[in-house]
Amino acid sequence: MRVVVDRDLCQGHAMCASEAPAVFAVGKHDDQVRVLDETPSPAERDAVRRAITYCPTGALSVQED
Amino acid sequence: MSTSTTIPRVSGDTGPNGHLEELRGDPIGLLSRVRAECGDVGVFNLAGRDVVLATGAEANEAYFRAPDDVLDQGEAYPFMTPIFGKGVVFDAPPERRKEMLRNQALRGDQMKEHAATIEHEVGRMVAGWGESGEIDLLDWFAELTIYTTSSCLIGPRFREELDGSFARLYHDLERGTDALAFVDPYLPIESFARRDRARIALVELVQAIMTRRAAAGPPKDGEWDMLDVLMVLTDDADNARFSADEITGIFISMMFAGHHTSSGTAAWTLIELLRHPQAMAQVVTELDDLYADGREVSFQALREIPFLESTLKETLRLHPPLILLLRIAKQPIEIGGYTVPSGAMVGASPAVSNRIPADFPQPDTFDPSRYLEPRQEDLINRWTWIPFGAGRHRCVGSAFAMMQLKAIFSVILRDYEFELAQPSETYRDDVTKMVIQLQQPCRVRYRRRVR
Repeated sequence: MRVVVDRDLCQGHAMCASEAPAVFAVGKHDDQVRVLDETPSPAERDAVRRAITYCPTGALSVQED
Repeated sequence: MSTSTTIPRVSGDTGPNGHLEELRGDPIGLLSRVRAECGDVGVFNLAGRDVVLATGAEANEAYFRAPDDVLDQGEAYPFMTPIFGKGVVFDAPPERRKEMLRNQALRGDQMKEHAATIEHEVGRMVAGWGESGEIDLLDWFAELTIYTTSSCLIGPRFREELDGSFARLYHDLERGTDALAFVDPYLPIESFARRDRARIALVELVQAIMTRRAAAGPPKDGEWDMLDVLMVLTDDADNARFSADEITGIFISMMFAGHHTSSGTAAWTLIELLRHPQAMAQVVTELDDLYADGREVSFQALREIPFLESTLKETLRLHPPLILLLRIAKQPIEIGGYTVPSGAMVGASPAVSNRIPADFPQPDTFDPSRYLEPRQEDLINRWTWIPFGAGRHRCVGSAFAMMQLKAIFSVILRDYEFELAQPSETYRDDVTKMVIQLQQPCRVRYRRRVR
């Protein structure tokens, strides 16, 4: 899977970073999310799913391979 | 698709102020009729100004993705100016909003502390309840959410200065949002006069706190709240940078978006649960199971509580706190196949879009299972499930709001059971102001749970 961020929508809430810290990070001075791992391993699947669910702006999605 | 045709206009443009009187009496009826008669894009007349109303996924996406230099919020809400005060805008520009997210404690990492604060504040509100009694939902939740928003956003030290009188004054501000403000926000009508008296009284209250603090000297390290910080800021000439009036305006605006919205949603959630005993039983069982091991509310409110969350989402869909979002077109913009001219007002309506039958089957039915997998009607309909808006200006407090609601219901449903104290259909919104609130009376009875 590949992680996709809609840059029109991300507001930098950092909810994804607490759900999937291996995949997403929002630094103290970041306006938007940084994707640490664009193609996370299947082990991260549940964490990424929660990140998508709990993103307050619906900015995250995944494309399956 | 052609973009040159004229945007259709809704019927009923007969009064001297167009549809203003209808907007003041039956706003959802008007907004629904725009969609029924005109489709995804239609025009109504607000006191001589055209408002282009977008509904449905395609038109909403164009609306919500538009950047600020195309659709601007700055001047779209004239009824807010007398409440916030001059110079405090309704909604900060995107750069400032980002800053607010970084600095003002709406970020994920601050949430655990806020959850503990909210649990504590609910505990204080029910401390005097005894075994059984009756509350008015509007009064009760409006006071609770004054304490939670002030404590979480400004600081616990400021919250301790407040009592029920602050909540009552704040309510007068919220009631001062008659749509007549689109004609003139300073018309000599009673609700505007009360609004202005309430704001003066709030400034006096904040001034008195500032005077006491100035005499007492600065607090200990780690106990500073936002008022302490604003009080020590100085300009180049070493004078205080902000007056009590300006600080009050800042606080009113910070609390505004999170107050009537959370208060109304909490009240409607309880009403809908009492109207649907099966859903209530499911929520109570879910909470009892989760908390059976004695875990903290401040822990669980940040985590999944699937059925309660679905209940909150369904309440928000049916009773969105804001029914009409507004912008001003600064440039021509294409929406739903039409070109909206520069200068027009442009609206989106959560109340209408949230009930589009193609997206939400049986749209008027309360059905929390819409949000469970695999239906997930909120995620699938990202441009029409819009109780928090969408896109660039989507509510920055939505995660805080959901956490707060989960914390409130975790506490009150653990210790109390409730019943409606009046016929079910008599609970309704007073829609005569732009800030919609429950119509009083809206009373429920509580009784301590026997376990």
